[in-house]
Amino acid sequence: MSPKEPFVRITRRESPFTRALLIRIAAFVLALIVSALIIVAIIKVNPVKVYGSMLDGAFGSKKRSWITIRDAMTLLCIAVALAPAFKMRFWNIGAEGQILVGGLATSACIICLGGSVSLPLLFLLMIVTSLLAGAVWGLIPALFKARWNTNETLFTLMMNYVAIQLTSYFVAKWEHPYGSNTVGIIPWDNSKVGWLPNMFSHGFNTDYGWNVLIVLAVTVLMFIYLKYSKQGYEIAVVGESENTARYAGISVPKVYIRTMLISGAVAGLAGFIAVSGASHTISTSTAGGRGFTAIIVAWLAKFNTFTMIVMSFLLVALEKGAAQIASDYGFNDYASEMVTGIILFFILGSEFFINYRLVFRGSARKEAE
Amino acid sequence: MTGAQLVSLIQAAIVFGTVIMFGALGEILTEKAGNLNLGVPGIMYIGGISGLAGAFIYESHAAQPTGIVGLIIALLCCLIGSALAGGLYSLLTITFRANQQVTGLTLTIFGSGIANFFGGSLNRMAGGVGQISTSVTSAAFRANMPIASSTGLFGKIVLSYGFMAYLAIIIAIVLGWFLARSRIGLNLRAVGENPGTADAAGISVTKYKYLATCIGAAITGMGGLYYTMDYIKGTWSTDGSIEKLGWLSVALVIFATWKPRNIVWGSYLFGVLFWLYFYIEGLTRSSQELFKMLPYLVTLLVLVMVSLRRKRESQPPAALGEPYFREER
Repeated sequence: MSPKEPFVRITRRESPFTRALLIRIAAFVLALIVSALIIVAIIKVNPVKVYGSMLDGAFGSKKRSWITIRDAMTLLCIAVALAPAFKMRFWNIGAEGQILVGGLATSACIICLGGSVSLPLLFLLMIVTSLLAGAVWGLIPALFKARWNTNETLFTLMMNYVAIQLTSYFVAKWEHPYGSNTVGIIPWDNSKVGWLPNMFSHGFNTDYGWNVLIVLAVTVLMFIYLKYSKQGYEIAVVGESENTARYAGISVPKVYIRTMLISGAVAGLAGFIAVSGASHTISTSTAGGRGFTAIIVAWLAKFNTFTMIVMSFLLVALEKGAAQIASDYGFNDYASEMVTGIILFFILGSEFFINYRLVFRGSARKEAE
Repeated sequence: MTGAQLVSLIQAAIVFGTVIMFGALGEILTEKAGNLNLGVPGIMYIGGISGLAGAFIYESHAAQPTGIVGLIIALLCCLIGSALAGGLYSLLTITFRANQQVTGLTLTIFGSGIANFFGGSLNRMAGGVGQISTSVTSAAFRANMPIASSTGLFGKIVLSYGFMAYLAIIIAIVLGWFLARSRIGLNLRAVGENPGTADAAGISVTKYKYLATCIGAAITGMGGLYYTMDYIKGTWSTDGSIEKLGWLSVALVIFATWKPRNIVWGSYLFGVLFWLYFYIEGLTRSSQELFKMLPYLVTLLVLVMVSLRRKRESQPPAALGEPYFREER
């Protein structure tokens, strides 16, 4: 053995499913321990109690469970929207803006048409306009990327802020009541026209069955589209290598544009769900950073839309749990963002140990013996 | 617009511009090494809260807190905190080979969480009531030259800021020289343009990437410190402004086509564009919001122009955002 062999070197490896799963679980547990240590250091209570409090916050009652499910579904919808773009290695950082314009379109339908058209037509219009608005917001950067190779990460990022200012504009326009600087619950006549109703009972906001149904349908469709359709295959090829795609006769600009239309449209649909199915109002925080969180969900799930279901639930349950600790012990709920960040860091780091193996000095010799 | 209004617009623009100038200068250094760090808002948050927490702990423990000591402590805490944030990003993207964009976004979520958590509750944790306040240190940050008030218009426009406004310009000049003229700067650019070639030429890609990202993060973090200590006078606000400013810094890097000297005037221009609505009469509140779109639209325009003209010297570093692993070339 040469004395110059480095102390540790890195080799690639393929991890079977069980090992990958075990490493991910280990990373997650480690992240929970680290977060617990931090929380305990700050508020000085028994960590078991803290995690009990977290579970209570996420699933402590029927209402809380439904809200956790509702928010996980919204996050899932955004992650599903991003899946085709990221699989194509098109850095769509612009989901935030695409959600907002979708939400704006939905709100505009409720405010301008609520009560004057039939309910099915209103829902049809809300869904179609939110899909269209999101698609347009996704199309613009794709056109520039396809034509002039304009950097899409930075372009979509800027489009977020254009959408945020556009939302601020409409919030000021639709302000209700005057002087509140918010739109308030729409429609303003309290008729609840344009709200997604309960699925299992009469009324609103006691179950979110329709949210679940819509998002799961989109999730399954996207899975099939990406895995079994010709277009899905083209996306995968472009993502692997643009050159390969070109040699294979795939029109890369066309794939960019088509995929971003789909990605933006589904993100716009998430805006519809956020407004009609959850908040019933519009503000610059309707997207609330979920466009960014969803990128991480999509990436860590390796664009498998079913893995995204698990990831979305995990993140939203954590967020609700951390918010509960914060309110139980009198802190602001940014604690949840902090914990989310820590857990994501650990999961990101764990990917390394799934894909690579560390070979220490001398161990290679041992293996040879 | 009256003369007095013009002066106050310029002042507002320079103060605003200084925050994003720090952010953008740090990001240029990072991006020149090929790392697209989308954690800029997170690092600014961490820099801001580290400095604020340092000053707060000092002021609440020292019997007779003096401004200059508080200033040094705040600055040191800020530099260490934000360099550590850059180190975390480097560890994950360079050593653990995680995706740069995703890691950067995670850093933004984490930074915003940790900073707003402590910023919102630090004072309460220490047993106080109401908002955190570090008035002595903040006064030291905001102190301007004594001659500022006696030199009329010149003093008002040029001399009326805290020392960090000038520090930002100095850093921009030094960084511009470093990247364009020094040997190490040339090596750094080689790493960002083509890490494979740089590696073959004997440049340690890993070392350059780590150092550029950590030092870049320290500079970026100073934007957060300037914001907390000078802009909002030594307090904390959980309204998310730092995040907005952080993304504007990322935009500014594009706007300046990766050149430090363009950052200086670009940041002040962004400041003017951002505050212009305030000085134009007859704008309704809703049209003000459309006005605030200007900096982003201008950046988009520049981004498109840059890709249209394909001028060699205004392109992003060729390997920006791409990982480099020697074994996988």
